[in-house]
Amino acid sequence: MTTASQETRCGKAIHLEGISKTWGGAVAVDGLTIDVPAGSFTALLGPSGCGKSTTLRMIAGLETTDSGAIRIGDENVTRKGCSERDLSMVFQSYALFPHLSVAENIVFGLKVRRVARERRDEKLKRVAALLGLSALLDRKPAQLSGGQQQRVALGRAIIAEKPVCLMDEPLSNLDAKLRHEMRLEIRALQQQLGFTMVYVTHDQVEAITMADQVVLLNKGKVEQAAAPRHLYERPSTPFAARFIGTPPMNLFPAEIFGVLSDASDLTLGVRPEALKFSSEGPIAGTVRAVEFLGADVLADCMVAGTGFQARLPAANMLAPGQSAQFSFSPEDLHVFDTASGRRRDDLQTEIGARLRA
Amino acid sequence: MIKREWIYGWLLLLPAMVFLFAFTHIPAITTLINSFYSTPRGRRPAKFLGVDNYERMLADPVFWKVLWNNLWFAIGTIPVSVGLAILMALWVNDRLAGRGFVRMAYFTPTVLPLIAVANIWLFFYTPGFGLFDQITGFLFGWSASNYLGNPETALNAVIVVTVWKEAGFFMIFYLAALQAIPVSLKEAAQIEGAGRWIIFWRITFPLLMPTTLFVSVNAVINSFRLVDHIFILTDGGPDNASSLLLFYIYETAFRFWETGYAATLTVALLVLLSLLAIGQFFFFDRKVHYK
Ligand SMILES: Nc1ncnc2c1ncn2[C@@H]1O[C@H](COP(=O)(O)OP(=O)(O)OP(=O)(O)O)[C@@H](O)[C@H]1O
Ligand SMILES: [Mg+2]
Repeated sequence: MTTASQETRCGKAIHLEGISKTWGGAVAVDGLTIDVPAGSFTALLGPSGCGKSTTLRMIAGLETTDSGAIRIGDENVTRKGCSERDLSMVFQSYALFPHLSVAENIVFGLKVRRVARERRDEKLKRVAALLGLSALLDRKPAQLSGGQQQRVALGRAIIAEKPVCLMDEPLSNLDAKLRHEMRLEIRALQQQLGFTMVYVTHDQVEAITMADQVVLLNKGKVEQAAAPRHLYERPSTPFAARFIGTPPMNLFPAEIFGVLSDASDLTLGVRPEALKFSSEGPIAGTVRAVEFLGADVLADCMVAGTGFQARLPAANMLAPGQSAQFSFSPEDLHVFDTASGRRRDDLQTEIGARLRA
Repeated sequence: MIKREWIYGWLLLLPAMVFLFAFTHIPAITTLINSFYSTPRGRRPAKFLGVDNYERMLADPVFWKVLWNNLWFAIGTIPVSVGLAILMALWVNDRLAGRGFVRMAYFTPTVLPLIAVANIWLFFYTPGFGLFDQITGFLFGWSASNYLGNPETALNAVIVVTVWKEAGFFMIFYLAALQAIPVSLKEAAQIEGAGRWIIFWRITFPLLMPTTLFVSVNAVINSFRLVDHIFILTDGGPDNASSLLLFYIYETAFRFWETGYAATLTVALLVLLSLLAIGQFFFFDRKVHYK
């Protein structure tokens, strides 16, 4: 038998190989292939209904796969029940047992697996101390605040020191401040204990701030899987470009720029924060509305029938109706093929140069 | 000003109170009073007897017999019908094909009047060509047996009918309670490695406790309250073998016309029922988790 501390140091890798799920003809998950490295924090991100929960539940074994294979560690677990997959899960609703006390909730799994009492108590003490629950162990879940309930759910997930932990939007019931705290806490916990985390969220800020790898899903398919920084700096599709970052990236059909009238099959993207005021800039728009954000202002503008936004230092005085010209540095330009949605880095320098000329 | 509001208040309460008193409180108190009097007959008015009626009751072997019968009847019907109700509810709650039909089938006995149920079962029990005799005769070659006419089996036969009638009704309560338990609790337990058996005993059953309390209080009351089928099936016989307390009260009051003594028996029944209900609440209270 391996000791618990050894187990925790090494999470297991998860490989999804072309898994699919259909609900009565509607495809929810469509041939997903994802690699989750051992001990990493992977976020499944995507709009509502894109199949994040379904994917997570298939990894957990709560849902069967229609096709494809799931491997955890070296083992093919596609046909195994969820208790044989050696993982833990935190549900969006926490799923705490309402009739059991906090302590009983946390040790439920250990009790089911008949772990000896002393060992159970010792682990409970450690987990309770780690999560700041020591004073609450005798309460029932209904007597806890949302954040405390969340912590109990976390405690139940980590006490057995499973190599894999799955979470389905665990923070969506919390207020903004608590969400921020729990974000840091979960991330710290994951790094401290070293398990593999698959974390479902529809909140791009959550995904970007916590994850080592973000898997962006769209309509049951992987749109892009990359490190957060990479996803922000080099989105591989217009969808990814607009999903990551607030406000979303501006997309322009290339032909609205006079110099690019021959490149009608391209879409150009520039992030609002990359735009600068400049009298020679290639984008000549009209300001429609100005939103004051504190340090910055967000200008809602229009160029040749296409709306876009620019985030500018608040020192800039802008008024609706005014015309303004914007420029950006060539490395901030994203070029996409309109028809296929592919990123065209090969054209970036060329297009950038033509726009400046 | 305050007085006016009081008057309005009482006036608003009045209609409900009139009915409540006329049909509940006054009869109950009259019964209590009557239990201390002799039965009025012809020109002879009721005479105050003190506790004579109660002494008679304690010395009455039939009273003890029907009380004993009633105890057996309760022990025979309650656990079985509650257990069956849980089983059926779990089964019907599962995702199984045609569960709407199964649900309805289980509920049918509840919809039928008890008298009709008793008539159906009368046919099942008929010696010789009843359903049971035909089956046992065909399978095991048993000779005809008179389940309802034999003092040994009469009460059990009545118990079976009652279970059949009640389980479906209780199932509906369990079904509603089961559907109120979030699926994620079961899934969380599964992830923690719990099998069906553990999930039932550690999660589902404790969460069904409020329903179990409600259902078992009802079952206890029903075991003293429901006697319709006895009229059809056995008429209390043979030799009071299947008579229950309420049935005996009916017989005393409306067959033998001893209303004074019947009032005494009724008071005994009411005391018994209240004790049982209170006892159950105390017994369960520590074990029931309320949301
Ligand atoms: N049990 C089910 N039966 C039928 N269809 C389902 C079921 N569960 C999910 N779906 C469908 O599958 C698709 C993906 O659902 P899923 O729950 O995975 O979305 P999601 O990405 O988690 O969305 P959200 O962010 O809103 O939770 C949806 O179109 C949904 O309607
Ligand atoms: Mg979801």
